[in-house]
Amino acid sequence: MTSNFKSNISRWSLRYIALGYLLMLLLLPIGVILVRTFDEGVGAVIDAITTPDALAALRLSLLTVIIAVPLNTVFGIACALIMVRSNMRGKSIINALIDVPFAVSPVVIGLALVLVYGTQGWFGADLAAIGIQVIFSTPGIVMAVIFVSLPFVAREVIPVLQEVGDDQEKAAETLGASSWQIFWKITLPAIRWGVSYGIVLTTARALGEFGAVTIVSGRISGETETLPLFVQKEFETFNSVGAYSASMLLALLALATLLALNLMRRKEN
Amino acid sequence: MSSDAQAVEPAVSPAGGKPSRAGIRLPGAGDALNKGLVVTYLGLIVLLPLAAIATKSFEDGLGGFWNAVSSPQAVASLELTVTASLIVVAINAVMGTLIAWVLVRDNFRGKGVVNSVIDLPFALPTIVASLTLLVVYGKDSPVGINIAFTQAAVVVALLFVTLPFVVRAVQPLLLSIDRDMETAAESLGASKTRIFWRIIFPNLAPGIATGIALAFARALGEFGSLILISGNVPFKTEVSSVFIRGQIESDNLVGASAVSVVLLAISLLMLAFITFVQRRGSRHDQ
Repeated sequence: MTSNFKSNISRWSLRYIALGYLLMLLLLPIGVILVRTFDEGVGAVIDAITTPDALAALRLSLLTVIIAVPLNTVFGIACALIMVRSNMRGKSIINALIDVPFAVSPVVIGLALVLVYGTQGWFGADLAAIGIQVIFSTPGIVMAVIFVSLPFVAREVIPVLQEVGDDQEKAAETLGASSWQIFWKITLPAIRWGVSYGIVLTTARALGEFGAVTIVSGRISGETETLPLFVQKEFETFNSVGAYSASMLLALLALATLLALNLMRRKEN
Repeated sequence: MSSDAQAVEPAVSPAGGKPSRAGIRLPGAGDALNKGLVVTYLGLIVLLPLAAIATKSFEDGLGGFWNAVSSPQAVASLELTVTASLIVVAINAVMGTLIAWVLVRDNFRGKGVVNSVIDLPFALPTIVASLTLLVVYGKDSPVGINIAFTQAAVVVALLFVTLPFVVRAVQPLLLSIDRDMETAAESLGASKTRIFWRIIFPNLAPGIATGIALAFARALGEFGSLILISGNVPFKTEVSSVFIRGQIESDNLVGASAVSVVLLAISLLMLAFITFVQRRGSRHDQ
């Protein structure tokens, strides 16, 4: 009886230590920002996120997502196929390179892009000569976002590909299916949850990227400002309603991401 | 010789008559296009920019590199970054394992919600994290804790962004542990602490190590979540990524690149460490 009591005590204390930590670190901050945002009423929030600068920031953020996510999805699937289904030499190098964006500071990624495509960079002057400006412009922002969100699809799809094996693919090949048919009819349906998972993570990262974008964007309001940069500018210019409102918008997108991941996990099982 | 070896492999495509190494050809115009795509993309997006940083950092020779890296402000930022990251991974290694334990072994209402919330730091933009932490732990703190612009703020922000790594690395291992071993140990009279350290912990260790390495690499390079709450005070709360941004803005690209190379080197060591641990782990399985 006493040992049972003791084990209950230890179980409860572990539970509440864990939950307390999560409360202080995660839930309290999110809850407070949601409440603070509406301090001055719903009208103020709507006004704050419909200013021309805010809308331009939202548009630019969406544009980067629309370009970066499909590119990284195609790359991620191709990469996973190579990693799992081929015996290419140098596979371990590719494997290490995929993870680089996770190990590199976003600021360093931004700096690297400046060094390659900036006016003093390797190709900056040549590109400027033919009228392409990368740094302090949309292409640089898109590249920064592609870099930071590169690994997600590949990392999600690789384990799924390994698990499903290639029996069905081989059977289809024996029956005379072309490699495209095999891919669309067998491989892709088998990895669809892994791909969806990767796409959601890529989108979340692309929408929220701050460090790399801050270096390459030049932060011109209404032109090269993404939503996260808009949050910082509003905060630094003491426009807290704008900062909170845009933050809340991004936080809601993050919560939607979690919900999507959760639903997919359930579907998958 | 090697082509002979492949020909004997059973994975010979009967349709084309040509031995295909993996037993199946990739879609599109075949392997070559696919490989070309992946290699070109990785080269352009990842390798080329990294090469630019490495080249730039040594533009003024080894001496220039060393001067940039050993300037007092750079050293202070690196010290803070590494120390704070170590503290953070130590705390999150313990808390992450504990949270994973509670999520796997305990049962309470709302567990599913708690489980999904763990990923919030991955989904939430870092600048939003910085703002929310500043609201809760800044000067108008609703809980009466004001740590804005202190080193404690650096630690809290890093704790936030690195929270999921250990939890997510340990959870699957904890799920796959064979409970019979614990029951056997218990029936033989082993205490709970002894069971944990002798049976459970060795099974979780590779996951904890992977989580620590990923969290450490993330903490070393973190920028967005620190920018509003840390105050970025040189010699006090300025981490290396913020220092690098300062150097870029004052147009000292050589200095910025040199410190970047140091950060990169530490991160890549961590990645190598993960690979090593995973290889050992998978050998252990076999």
